[in-house]
Amino acid sequence: MSLSVRNLQIAYRTLRGDVQAVDDVTFEVADKEIMGLAGESGSGKSTLGNSLIFLEGRMRHVGGTVDLDGKALPISNYRAMNRHRMRDVSIIPQYAMSALNPTKKIGSLARDLLKARGFHLADVLPEFRRRISLVGLPDNVLGMYPFELSGGMRQRATMVISTLLNPSLLIADEVTSALDVSNQRAVGELLTEFRDLGYVKSMIVITHDLSILAQIADTITIMYAGKLAEKADASTIVDKPLHPYTQALLSSLPEVGLRYEDKELTGIPGRPPSLLDVVSGCRFKDRCPFARDRCRDEPPFVELLPGHQVACWKASDEVKGLGGWAHEGAAGSAPSIGRAGGEVEHPGGAEGPGSERPGDANATALAPRVSEGLEAPVGKGQP
Amino acid sequence: MTRYFARKIGLYLLAFWAGVTIDWAIPRLMPGNPIAAYVSRFSLNSQGPWTALYQLFNKAFGYNLPIWDQYWHYWDNLFHGNLGISLYAFPEKVTTLIAQAAPYTLALLVPAITLSYVLGNRVGAMAARRKALDNTVLPLGYLFQAMPYAWLALAAAFYLAQIERWFPVQGGSAAGVAAGFTWVYIWGLVSHWFLPFLTVFLVSFGGWSIGMRNLVIYELETDYARYLRALGAPSRLVRRYAYRNAVLPQLSGLALALGTVIGGNIVTEVVFQYPGLGHLIYTAATDQDYSLLQGIFIFIIVGVLVANFVIDIVYILIDPRTRLSMQGAAA
Repeated sequence: MSLSVRNLQIAYRTLRGDVQAVDDVTFEVADKEIMGLAGESGSGKSTLGNSLIFLEGRMRHVGGTVDLDGKALPISNYRAMNRHRMRDVSIIPQYAMSALNPTKKIGSLARDLLKARGFHLADVLPEFRRRISLVGLPDNVLGMYPFELSGGMRQRATMVISTLLNPSLLIADEVTSALDVSNQRAVGELLTEFRDLGYVKSMIVITHDLSILAQIADTITIMYAGKLAEKADASTIVDKPLHPYTQALLSSLPEVGLRYEDKELTGIPGRPPSLLDVVSGCRFKDRCPFARDRCRDEPPFVELLPGHQVACWKASDEVKGLGGWAHEGAAGSAPSIGRAGGEVEHPGGAEGPGSERPGDANATALAPRVSEGLEAPVGKGQP
Repeated sequence: MTRYFARKIGLYLLAFWAGVTIDWAIPRLMPGNPIAAYVSRFSLNSQGPWTALYQLFNKAFGYNLPIWDQYWHYWDNLFHGNLGISLYAFPEKVTTLIAQAAPYTLALLVPAITLSYVLGNRVGAMAARRKALDNTVLPLGYLFQAMPYAWLALAAAFYLAQIERWFPVQGGSAAGVAAGFTWVYIWGLVSHWFLPFLTVFLVSFGGWSIGMRNLVIYELETDYARYLRALGAPSRLVRRYAYRNAVLPQLSGLALALGTVIGGNIVTEVVFQYPGLGHLIYTAATDQDYSLLQGIFIFIIVGVLVANFVIDIVYILIDPRTRLSMQGAAA
């Protein structure tokens, strides 16, 4: 087990009190696993990712433990954590395009960083150059200043620097968000390649873009309002999501080959709850079309099916064969029980062209359905 | 690169021309007639000799010529190193007077500006990350920066020289001591130099330290600093990067501040009766000494332009981004 997070709680200190951005989160990431971490803005996904390497000024570790490769990570201790940064845990930050010092050549920035970690640039230089060309940067990039590169090139340079010491865990925070779709795909493939080549053992890819996760992730974890909602294989999440939030999230994505003339693409009505003053019970209940009295109690995040964890009373009942969860919410906005989200309302496009393709990996067949229209179907195994 | 420098030098020449022209024009546009004032000193009672003397001096200084001829003569003389003859110290040459006063001003300003800049940057950068230092340096910095030179000079002269009698205030060296490599003479120079130096230094120091503190705080919050910290870089490295990047705007600030500091220096020298260029300007202005005023101004104009040019070049050396834009301009 590469990474094991138990009951992690991270809060932001604000003038109006602590905001519990990550609340009692427990999950594991296996060796060689790429875990996608998805959720809407403010769901706590970036906070969760960042807390594993660097607690910024206002972030506070309230409780819980993090183990990496069997050893505890002292995430709340800035100094003790320093030893692990870049070597054991590394990050491609959300701001990867501006992460490099503008007045420092990329090579000398890497030299300074490595020296601070007890390495010499000369020792890793051949490997550095190999990776630089792997990500498609010119060889002379080490002698260039960041402002001489495009944003995408800077991001790839950051990617290489972050992973130079072959960390056990890489946190890739919104790495595809600022890119156009063809670059998104290229960066996504690079991430899986880095994993396949052993540059990083396992990875957490944080994004709000489910389509990119369908392409590269092995497992997908959905976060909502600071809590984990669902975690399962990427194909299970896309095909057979159990949590109403996941279902709604997927149904708000457009499908390839469908025209939305007759039927508008549905979003999720309402807004996420304020984390400053958290209501008890299920956090999605105010927006959930299935919400019932029982949802006033907080549903536990438990494994309902093998490898499929969900925090939802309805899902739990359905898996046990108990019914009675009639649809009470806004008409037409939510998918019905037992069928994959996103398909129900669009019979014409359900099981579109993607279903005919041979699925080499969990995500292959699903990619076209969840992808945006511009993107071609991509499978991980394709060259 | 060559094109960049050609353009820069062209701009500096243009600035020099404009400065000299304005310098030449201003005394001629000022009210009053310096020759008349000068001739009146001789206390001639009758009109005849007065007019004769007036015309003689007018001709000697070239003020009888048409205005354009005066302008060309001025440039011609300038290129021959001839700044004219002083009226108030007649028949002393302006260049001689400047050469006597300039060492005092340079000895005052060069250390005051460089030391306040270097120390202000260092202390400001330290204040950016130490609460205790920040709480003392910041208010003190604001206090000094807000003080007019003249006021601080007066306060220092009054308290440290008149009340406490720690320092002398008159002149540039001890009175009645012959110039030479003697301890008495050198001590006289230093003790007379200290208070004017302190005044200019403190006011500039406040500004630099506040500016640097704010810039370093900004730099420490930037993405690259966060990234370095996230990858476990020691804070020494992060601070070094932040300092280097924060120095860049400070350096442009230095180029801008030179003129202000020199202006402040004039009043400082007047307050301390310090025999530098500032004091000489004051004397020349009160005595309506055109040539002397113009000469000193040209000296200052050249000094500021040269200093700015040097800062320009240093900036190119330390900020790679300007080098890139230069290549772009040359391409």
